Amino acid sequence: METNEVFEKVKGLFVEDLGIDESKVTMDAKLEEDLEIDSLGIVEVVMAFEDEFDIEIDDEELADVSTVGQAVNLLHSKI
Amino acid sequence: MKTALVTGGSRGIGSAIALGLGKNFHVVVGYANSKDKANNVAKEIVAAGGSASTVQIDISSAESVDNAFSIVEKEYNSVDVLINNAGVAQDNILPRMKESEWLEVIQTNLTGSFYTSQRAIKLMMKNKWGRIVFISSVVGLSGNQGQSNYAASKAGLIGLAKSISREMGTRNITSNVVAPGYIETDMTSFLDDENKENIIEQLSIKRIGKPEDISNVVSFLCSEESEYITGQVIPVDGGLTT
Repeated sequence: METNEVFEKVKGLFVEDLGIDESKVTMDAKLEEDLEIDSLGIVEVVMAFEDEFDIEIDDEELADVSTVGQAVNLLHSKI
Repeated sequence: MKTALVTGGSRGIGSAIALGLGKNFHVVVGYANSKDKANNVAKEIVAAGGSASTVQIDISSAESVDNAFSIVEKEYNSVDVLINNAGVAQDNILPRMKESEWLEVIQTNLTGSFYTSQRAIKLMMKNKWGRIVFISSVVGLSGNQGQSNYAASKAGLIGLAKSISREMGTRNITSNVVAPGYIETDMTSFLDDENKENIIEQLSIKRIGKPEDISNVVSFLCSEESEYITGQVIPVDGGLTT
């Protein structure tokens, strides 16, 4: 899967599962500051990623993820 | 219609809870071994105009919990209400208590509710609505001779319930504890008449509790009307603890 395909899927999850405005979801967007996702929201996103891509994400891998782009790259590396 | 799963729903307090919830939810009657009794509870709910099914769920086994939830999810898409009712007792005075007696009671009563709650919460988070009720016991608050393992497990449920309430409040998921006192069930059938009289003497309301006394409170805690109550322990004990 190409990076932009992963991004589109990720964007879909943010918009559908968390009701985030589509225009806000860019590669540079910060999850907490720009998208206003709280810590539980991050957990929800991770669970949605795991279901959508049929992967498991360790807590350690999440430590470095604070933007949409970093999330996309992490997912891209795992699928 | 929302779906409610009651563990240990085939008898005692659990079956009364299942019957009570049957008025407003599709009830899945969870049972570990008593399949026939669980079927009878489901039939009784249906006979009263409700909707019900059964599922085998041994909460002491993560695998069994996982299987049961997969079945319920497949059939009803969600678990909106979870009643952590199933539990066991293996009484012994502490100096005589075997490690196995301690571990089995903690594994079922406390760790089992961790398995079910974790699984249910993932579904509730998606739906942004949920009700979890833990059936603890007044001995979790007061302790009891010969029940250090049981009391510890029931006290543990309170910490679990309160933590869930703090983690999940923003998702409209409430988590509360009902702490029954002496209730007339198989689990208290060992009490003889003299024991009962001694117990009743300690109560403000001069009778042993009925399973319906618990079920009424649980039904309320699972309703829309209780949405502002979370992280609480509600003793239902005729005034034993005041």
